Amino acid sequence: MLTMIGKRLMFAIPSLIGVVIVTFLLTRALPGDPAAYFAGPAASKEAIEQIRKKLGFDKPLIEQFFRYTSDLAHGDFGTSLTTGQPVATEIRNRLPASAELTLLGLIISVSIAIPLGVLAATRPGSWIDHLCRVTTTAGVSLPVFFTGLVLVYLFYFRLGWSPAPLGRLDVFYSAPAHVTGFYLIDALIARDFETFRSALSQLILPAATLAIFSLAPIARMTRASMLAVLASDFVRTARASGLSPSTVIVTYAFRNAMLPVITTLSMVFSFLLGANVLVEKVFAWPGIGSYAVEALISSDFAPVQGFVLTMAVMYVLLNLFIDILYGVIDPRVRLEG
Amino acid sequence: MTAQPLLDVNDLTVEFTTRRGIVKAVQHVNISVAKGETLGIVGESGSGKSVTSYAVMRILDRAGRIAEGSVMFSGIDVKAASESEMRDLRGREISMIFQNPRAALNPIRKVGDQIEDVLRQHVQSAASDRGEKAIEALEQVKIARPRERYHAYPFELSGGMCQRVVIALALACNPQLLIADEPTTGLDVTTQKAVMDLIVELTKRRHMSTILITHDLGLAAAYCNRVVVMEKGRVVETAKSADIFARPEHPYTRKLMRATPRIGVSLRDLLPEEEAAVSPRAPTVMAGLDPAIHQSSEGMDPRVKPGGDDLAKSLLTVEKLVKEYPRQGASAVLSKLFSRKPPVETEVFRAVDGISFHVGRGESVGLVGESGCGKSTTSMMVMRLLDQTSGRIVFDGEEIGAIMPQAFARLPQRKSIQMVFQDPTDSLNPRFTAARAIADPIIQLGDIRGRDALRARCEKLADMVGLPINLLDRFPHQLSGGQKARVGIARAIALHPKLVILDEPTAALDVSVQAVVLNLLQDLKASMGMSYLFVSHDLNVVRLLCDRVIVMRAGRIVEQGSSERVLGDPQDAYTKELLTAIPHPPLPV
Repeated sequence: MLTMIGKRLMFAIPSLIGVVIVTFLLTRALPGDPAAYFAGPAASKEAIEQIRKKLGFDKPLIEQFFRYTSDLAHGDFGTSLTTGQPVATEIRNRLPASAELTLLGLIISVSIAIPLGVLAATRPGSWIDHLCRVTTTAGVSLPVFFTGLVLVYLFYFRLGWSPAPLGRLDVFYSAPAHVTGFYLIDALIARDFETFRSALSQLILPAATLAIFSLAPIARMTRASMLAVLASDFVRTARASGLSPSTVIVTYAFRNAMLPVITTLSMVFSFLLGANVLVEKVFAWPGIGSYAVEALISSDFAPVQGFVLTMAVMYVLLNLFIDILYGVIDPRVRLEG
Repeated sequence: MTAQPLLDVNDLTVEFTTRRGIVKAVQHVNISVAKGETLGIVGESGSGKSVTSYAVMRILDRAGRIAEGSVMFSGIDVKAASESEMRDLRGREISMIFQNPRAALNPIRKVGDQIEDVLRQHVQSAASDRGEKAIEALEQVKIARPRERYHAYPFELSGGMCQRVVIALALACNPQLLIADEPTTGLDVTTQKAVMDLIVELTKRRHMSTILITHDLGLAAAYCNRVVVMEKGRVVETAKSADIFARPEHPYTRKLMRATPRIGVSLRDLLPEEEAAVSPRAPTVMAGLDPAIHQSSEGMDPRVKPGGDDLAKSLLTVEKLVKEYPRQGASAVLSKLFSRKPPVETEVFRAVDGISFHVGRGESVGLVGESGCGKSTTSMMVMRLLDQTSGRIVFDGEEIGAIMPQAFARLPQRKSIQMVFQDPTDSLNPRFTAARAIADPIIQLGDIRGRDALRARCEKLADMVGLPINLLDRFPHQLSGGQKARVGIARAIALHPKLVILDEPTAALDVSVQAVVLNLLQDLKASMGMSYLFVSHDLNVVRLLCDRVIVMRAGRIVEQGSSERVLGDPQDAYTKELLTAIPHPPLPV
């Protein structure tokens, strides 16, 4: 098992090197001159040139690349030009925000989508099947910024149940002591239930927005794969042996049906983690998605490179985790380990 | 026999609600099984034999329901019983064994746990000794090292072993009735014999009743007291098995029995009486036949035609052919990349272990053996779809063994070696019409250009294989199994090949369809002068179609010679074992 993990991590190294090279070249190939951007519109040619020199953009590309990689090797992701902060620190601060939001969204989504899919598959054509179809169709067809705004309008503006959508915590609270970076968990560790409540109330709307969006692929996948498994021979054997419906559905059908669902889950998770910029914007969430997009707009190379690299590492780890999970569920996969 | 039958099916009608309205899969069926009796239900696909058994256990799928009639099982009305009552019956009183044992087991659950699930459901033992009970159940079905196998997953076991596990599962709670639905289809003959003998032994010892559902008359005759013959959802004949084979009364029974390949008959004898006189093919093709060959295939036994025994004249010569596979998987390659240790001498598995044989011009050679004996690997290498490790393959005077499979597709010889595949459905592109499928090799390799010429060629080929022209524009799912087989054959002969490799071409077909297809193959060979390499595990079919037989075991040839000699007077112990494993129906000749 450990050798398998080690091997997998070693195989990830070439792809990570590839990511480093490609993001470096891509950011350099982007239109826009960061020096001109930061000098401001009124700057003279000499001023721009001076900034360029200071930033090292006057050097040949290959030299820039080597400096970049040697910095990386020392754990230095560079410094953001817009905020003046080291990229590593900013990502370290923002990644937990995104991860907490995505994870909670996914937990909500899974806890609704999987039972919904299972019920729809065991009762095809029933009202719950139709409900599943309608919910999933609505979930994917409504853009996240729209559902997000509707939720804010309804629960904050109309009903006043939730606080203003302005970040991770209400202004009156201070962030709990940093342990995991997840406010909910940190607040619990600090036994600060007030902060926990506040963080949760801030989190619940954006998480619900994400959940509504990610409901569709998970529920549909669960339903389809449950239907396929329920029609298979070994389920027929289980039924013919007189096993109770709950045993048939849980032990025989569900565990087998989960394999494709897990794959879908990993895809949805990695997609949500980096791509939920719109939700982060609507709820003023200090996540990495919005950070990366802002940096991209202002041709701020370092954060973009840092972001892409972080996401690549996350993908590698996530895929590894999924593969291990697969091996736990499906003995046939273990052989190839 | 007791007065009260264990199972009494009376006037049973089962309906399925489909998009095209209600379909009656089973109509007015009467079946009774006495205690300790073994009843065979015989019929071809679509005869309703499986549906009947599903109705008895009430495991019809959602669309199906018992519309009329009654099913009484030892005094319990199955039709009226509640779902929980039925659950108690299933597995404890009535058990079922299915076709395709590997798929019938949960792929990601240990076999021991699956047996325990059944024991737990029917409260057959205390939780503490449930594991022991499961191991005992495995022991009963003669699985070696049951304690280890308890922890095995289905994919780690062979097909025959999986079927033993399914039997253990079915018999774990000592049911009174066992329904075996094609329990040995897809298993090798020797495995089939072992599995059937096991079922008989276990059910006899426990005084159980058995329903054996099969398409194989020989199997039913060998193992059943009484046989029920079903056709299109109706029972056409019920009789003692000795009687039914001696004096079949219904025309359908007679047709089935005629179509079953057996000793002492020719291919023509398999066809229904009214068709046996005329050729199954369209008369237009017969007109184009060489009269001498025509006569030989019609009049006398086609097997005694002179084969190409002379090596010089042989079309295909295979010498010391070897195919090795490394035993280790992909992980070995990875560890080699990263470990500094010198690579361990990789152990190899010889799928084909130095075999030599030849196929003469116009000869058909049968390649028989059990699954895993290397017969398919051999045919793939001759077909140039697989590279051999060493050895020579000389085809039509040229060495083709050295040509890489990828390069072979561009050579003119590609046209000369064609193949008919085992599964007529899976080997057709579902999005190609029959005409497009037949035209495919012509488009890829042939010299006919232009829509009309291509169409004309397809129609001619369809005519040759007896496929009605109006079916040419249909897609595979709109064709029957026999029609799909004809499309596959037409595609293989489209380029006038010299050698056709037939990989179990009739294994998925009903016997009556098989009879027609075998005759078609025989006629085509005669009229086109092709050679066949016929890969099969069905010795009776090989006996009928092939001039010579090669028996393979574990990658080696154990015996080869004329069909009559090898199958009539086998020298090798393994060939003898194969032959005795075939169930012989007491059929009238």
